[in-house]
Amino acid sequence: MTTVHERVDTFHDNDQKPVGYGRMLRKEDPRFLRGRGRYVDDVQLPGMLHLAILRSPVAHARIVSIDTSAAEASPGVKAVVTGAMLAQQNLAWMPTLSNDVQAVLATDKVRFQGQEVAFVVAEDRYAARDALELIDVEYDVLDPVIDARRALESDAPLIRDDLDGKTNNHCFDWETGDEAATEAVFARADVVVSQDLVYPRVHPAPMETCGAVADYDAVDGKLRLWSTTQAPHAHRTLYAIVAGLPEHKIQVISPDIGGGFGNKVPIYPGYVCAIVASIVTGKPVKWMEDRSENLISTGFARDYIMRGEIAATRDGRILGIRTNVLADHGAFNGTAAPVKYPAGFFGVFTGSYDIEAAYCKMTAVYTNKAPGGVAYACSFRITEAVYLVERIVDCLADELGMDPAELRLKNFIQPEQFPYTTKTGWVYDSGNYEPTMRLAMEMAGYDELRREQAEKRARGELMGIGIAFFTEAVGAGPRKDMDILGLGMADGCELRVHPTGKAVVRLSVQSQGQGHETTFAQIVAEEIGIPPADIEVLHGDTDNTPFGLGTYGSRSTPVSGAAAALVARKVRDKARIIASGMLEVSVADLEWERGAFHVAGDPGRSVTIQDIALRAHGAGDLPEGIEGGLEAQICYNPSNLTYPHGAYICVVDIDPGTAQVTVRRFIAVDDCGTRINPMIIEGQVHGGLTDGVGMALMEMIAFDEDGNCLGASLMDYLIPTSLEVPDWETGFTVTPSPHHPIGAKGVGESATVGSPPAIVNAVIDALKPFGVRHADMPLTPSRVWDAMRGQARPPI
Amino acid sequence: MQVPAPFEYERATSVDHAISLLERLGGTARLIAGGHSLLPMMKLRLANFDYLIDINDLHGELGYVEAGPDEVRIGALTRHRELLESPVLAAAFPIFADAERVIADPVVRNRGTLGGSLCQADPSEDLSAVCTTLDARCVIRGPGGAERVVSMEDFHVGPYETAVADDEILVEIRLPVRPGCGSAYAKVERRAGDWAVVSAGAAVWLDGGAIVDARVGLAAVGPNTTGIPAISAALRGQEPSESLYEQAGAIAADSCDPVTDQRGSADYKRHLAAELTRRTLRRAVERARS
Repeated sequence: MTTVHERVDTFHDNDQKPVGYGRMLRKEDPRFLRGRGRYVDDVQLPGMLHLAILRSPVAHARIVSIDTSAAEASPGVKAVVTGAMLAQQNLAWMPTLSNDVQAVLATDKVRFQGQEVAFVVAEDRYAARDALELIDVEYDVLDPVIDARRALESDAPLIRDDLDGKTNNHCFDWETGDEAATEAVFARADVVVSQDLVYPRVHPAPMETCGAVADYDAVDGKLRLWSTTQAPHAHRTLYAIVAGLPEHKIQVISPDIGGGFGNKVPIYPGYVCAIVASIVTGKPVKWMEDRSENLISTGFARDYIMRGEIAATRDGRILGIRTNVLADHGAFNGTAAPVKYPAGFFGVFTGSYDIEAAYCKMTAVYTNKAPGGVAYACSFRITEAVYLVERIVDCLADELGMDPAELRLKNFIQPEQFPYTTKTGWVYDSGNYEPTMRLAMEMAGYDELRREQAEKRARGELMGIGIAFFTEAVGAGPRKDMDILGLGMADGCELRVHPTGKAVVRLSVQSQGQGHETTFAQIVAEEIGIPPADIEVLHGDTDNTPFGLGTYGSRSTPVSGAAAALVARKVRDKARIIASGMLEVSVADLEWERGAFHVAGDPGRSVTIQDIALRAHGAGDLPEGIEGGLEAQICYNPSNLTYPHGAYICVVDIDPGTAQVTVRRFIAVDDCGTRINPMIIEGQVHGGLTDGVGMALMEMIAFDEDGNCLGASLMDYLIPTSLEVPDWETGFTVTPSPHHPIGAKGVGESATVGSPPAIVNAVIDALKPFGVRHADMPLTPSRVWDAMRGQARPPI
Repeated sequence: MQVPAPFEYERATSVDHAISLLERLGGTARLIAGGHSLLPMMKLRLANFDYLIDINDLHGELGYVEAGPDEVRIGALTRHRELLESPVLAAAFPIFADAERVIADPVVRNRGTLGGSLCQADPSEDLSAVCTTLDARCVIRGPGGAERVVSMEDFHVGPYETAVADDEILVEIRLPVRPGCGSAYAKVERRAGDWAVVSAGAAVWLDGGAIVDARVGLAAVGPNTTGIPAISAALRGQEPSESLYEQAGAIAADSCDPVTDQRGSADYKRHLAAELTRRTLRRAVERARS
C-alpha cells in the first residue's frame, strides 16, 4: 500500500549502502562530463563519405522534372540520387510505424515543406551541401491543406493520391467508450460544461539531431548502421523487411544518444538514404541532419483539436466525460504507437476519477505538414488526454464555484477500487491518490497560497494557482494487445556473471539520457548482491543484446526493468543450487541475504555470490544436472501496463501591464511505485517539468497559410532555459505496482504529461478577474494579453 | 551541423588595413566582429559573402569607453560585456546596463560588439534603440582615413541597411553628455535571450523640476529602431507626472508601426510601446532625480 514520504528523502548514497536501490551518482556521467561520450556524429570510418538531402521548399507540388547534372559535376560529388532512381529498386516508399507508407524520396509529389526530394553523396559535408544548390527541380505548385478543420471539405486538394482509391484526406476514425451510456448521464446531469481546446503541434527538439553512418560490406554482405535510434532491434527488423537484407547481416548500433523524447523512434528517410548510399558507393556514408531539418521534417507531437465535455451533479460529483477530437497527422501517418491503438493511449482521458460513463470520437486527417503524430515524451498521447481532463475539470470547478483541489479530491478513484477498470476499458493496476494530493497541497501551503492570492487580487495583482492530477499508463505492453508492425512489445535481458564475480547485463532497451547504465545495474545489484560498480550494462547494439522493442513511452523500467530483475533471480536460483553443493546442505536449508547464501541457523557457514561464480566456472564438481557457468536470459512479457500518478501544483504571477507569465513555484509529487534511484527519478521529473513550461508558455510549430514552417530554427521555435523555470519542489509517495516484479512503474514522461495543464490552469486562475475560463497554449505574453481583453483565440 | 557556402577569410591588422581590404573587395566582403548575427545567417545561407574580414584583432584600437566633458565616446568594437560592466556608462547612462542585461546571454555578450549590433541594423536590436534614445552620433571612416559623422536617424536607412558604404567602417559612437540626465530601458521577450517583442528606451534631462529634454527610442515596432520626436516635443518644459507618461505612451502607441508575427500581434505590440514608454520614462525620471 502507499507510503507517504517527506518532501526530500534522506540522502543515503551507495557508499553507505553498497548494493541495490538508493541514490548513487550515475555511472555513465564521467564520460559525458569529460566530453568522452561517443555519438553517431563522432563515428569516423576510413574512406567515409557524407550525405546531404535536398528538401522541398513548398508544402504541396507536383514534381515536373529534376536535373542533377550540375550537381553531379560539382567538386567532390560521388553520387546524386533521386526518387525515380530509388523507385527502380522499389525503395522509393517505405512503411511507417502505423501501417501507412511514406516516401523515402519524393517521386510524384512533395507533400510537406522539408520533404526529402534527392540526396548528394560527396567527400565532405560542405561539398555535399554545396551541390544541393545545383540540383534543379521544377515544381508545379498545388494548393496545400494546412488547416485540419478544412481537410475533409469536398473541395480540399487531395494529398494522398498515391493511395489506391483515395478520394479525400481522411486518415482514420476511432472511438472508445459507450456513446449511449454517456449521452444518458449527460442528459440527467445538473451541470454540463463544454470547452474547445487545442493542443498545438510541438517538436521534441532533442539536443542531438537525427543521423546515421551506414557501412555496407559488399564482400560479406554485412550492413553496420550506427544510428540515432531509440529502438535498435525494431529498426533492424524493419530494415530487413524494407530493404530485403537478411536480418542476421544487419547490425544496428545506437551509441550514446543526445536526447530522444520520441523523436528517434521512427525510421526516417535519411537513414534509408544513408544505407542506399553506402550500397551504391561501396563506402561508409554519414548523414547528420542539421537543426532546421530536424525541426521541419522529423516527428512532431500533439496537434489535437479537442472538444471536452464534462457532466456533473450540482454538488460536484463527476458523472461523465465526452470528447471529440480532430487529429492532424501530417502528410503521412507516422504515428509511433501499438498497432491496435491509432490514437495511442488517449483512451485514458477519464483521468483519475471514478465516473459513470465516457465516450471519445476521433477523426484523423492528412494535411500538408511534416508526417508523424509521433510520441513525444507523451506515453502515446496521454499528454493530450491528461491535458483534456485536467483542463475541463478546472472548467467544471469554475462553473460550480468549487475549489479545484476539493473537486478532484471528491472524485478520485478510491484505493480499495484498484485494480480499477475505467469506462474506456483500461485496468489501472494500483493507486492511492488522496495522500499524493494532500502531500502536494501541504508542500505548496495551499491554503496560505489561496489567502495570498485573495490579498493580491484585492490590490489588482495577478497571481494564479494551478493543479493537475494525472494517472499515466506506461510500459507497453502485453503482447496479446500490443505490437508495432507485428513485433510484440516484450523485452529480453541477459545476465552473465564472470568467474571473478563481476557481471555484464545486456538490455534490449536503449538510453537517450535516462541513466540506464546506473538504474539497471542497481536492479541487478538489488537482486544478486553484486555492487553496481561491478556490473557492466550493455545496450544499443543488436549484435550484442537480446531482442526487444526499445525505449519510449516510459517503458524501460516497467518492461526491461522487470526483465532485469527476473533474469537476476534466475541466476540467483542457479547460484543457490551451486551453493548447496559448496556448503553440502540441501537447497531448502539455505537462506539468502543480499550477496550471499548461508546455512539456516548457522550464518557463519556461507558462500558469497562471488565464491559461487568462481565455482560455477572453475574446477570441481557441480550439483547433479547443473551446467557450468552462471548466466541466464529471459524475455519478459508484461501482464499489464503500470499506472504511475502524480499531483502537481503551479504558482504563477502575471504582469498586468505586459501580460508576461512567471512560473514562481512548481510542486511535483510523483508516485512511480518502487523507486530505484531517486536522484535519477528527480532528474527525469525536472526535465519533464521544464518541457512542460516550454509547451505551456512558448513552444509551437506554426505554419503560414502556404504551409511554410515558421519554427525552422531555435530562434523561431523557442525552448525554455533555466531562466524560465523555478527551483523545482519535488516529493513522492510510493504505491507499488502489484504485477511488476519489483513494484516499479515508469516515470520518464510523468512530468511532461502532468505539467502543462498545471501551468495553464494556473494562468487561467490568475486571469479569473478578467472572466477568463480558457486560453490555449502557448501562453505567450501576446496571447495572454488577448485573453485579458476577452479575445482569447485558438493558436491554429 | 549547418554549413555555410564557401568563403575566404582574412584577419585585419589595423583599421586602415580593413578599409583597404574593403576597397579592393567591395560588396563581396563583409566585416565580422562578434559574428553572432552574421554567422547564423551564413549557416542558414540567408547571407552569402565571398570574403570575411575579421576585425577582432582591432579591439585594442576600437575597444574603449571614454568620458569627455561633452560626450562619451565608445569604440565600435567594444563588447557587450564591456558595456555592461563599464563604470563610465553606469554613471552617465544606466540605460546601457538595463539593455545589456537582457541582450542574449553571457556567451554572446562576451563576443558581440556595439558596432556589430548597429551595423546589423536588425529592427529588433536593443543597442540601436539605446543609441537612438541617447541621440548618438556614428563615426564612419573610409578610404584615406576620411571620417564622417551621422545621426542614428541617418545611420539606419532600412532593415539590415545602414549608411556605411562598402568601403567604410563604423569606428566610434559618440553620446552627448548633458546635465540632469536619467535613462532606462525595458524589454518584453517571450524567453530570455529572444529578440524583443517590443522594447523601449527613455532618457530625460531635468533642470530643477522640469523636463528640459526627453527622448524615447523603440525597437521591434517598425522597419528600424525608432526615435519619436513628438514625445520629445510633448515633454519639454513639463513637470514629470503620471499623466505626462500616459500622454507619452499614447504618442508612442500612435507613432509606431508594428506587424503581427510569431512574437505577438500588432495590437499587443502597440500596447507594449505605450506601457514600456511609461515605465522607462518613470524610471528615467527617478534616476535623474537621484
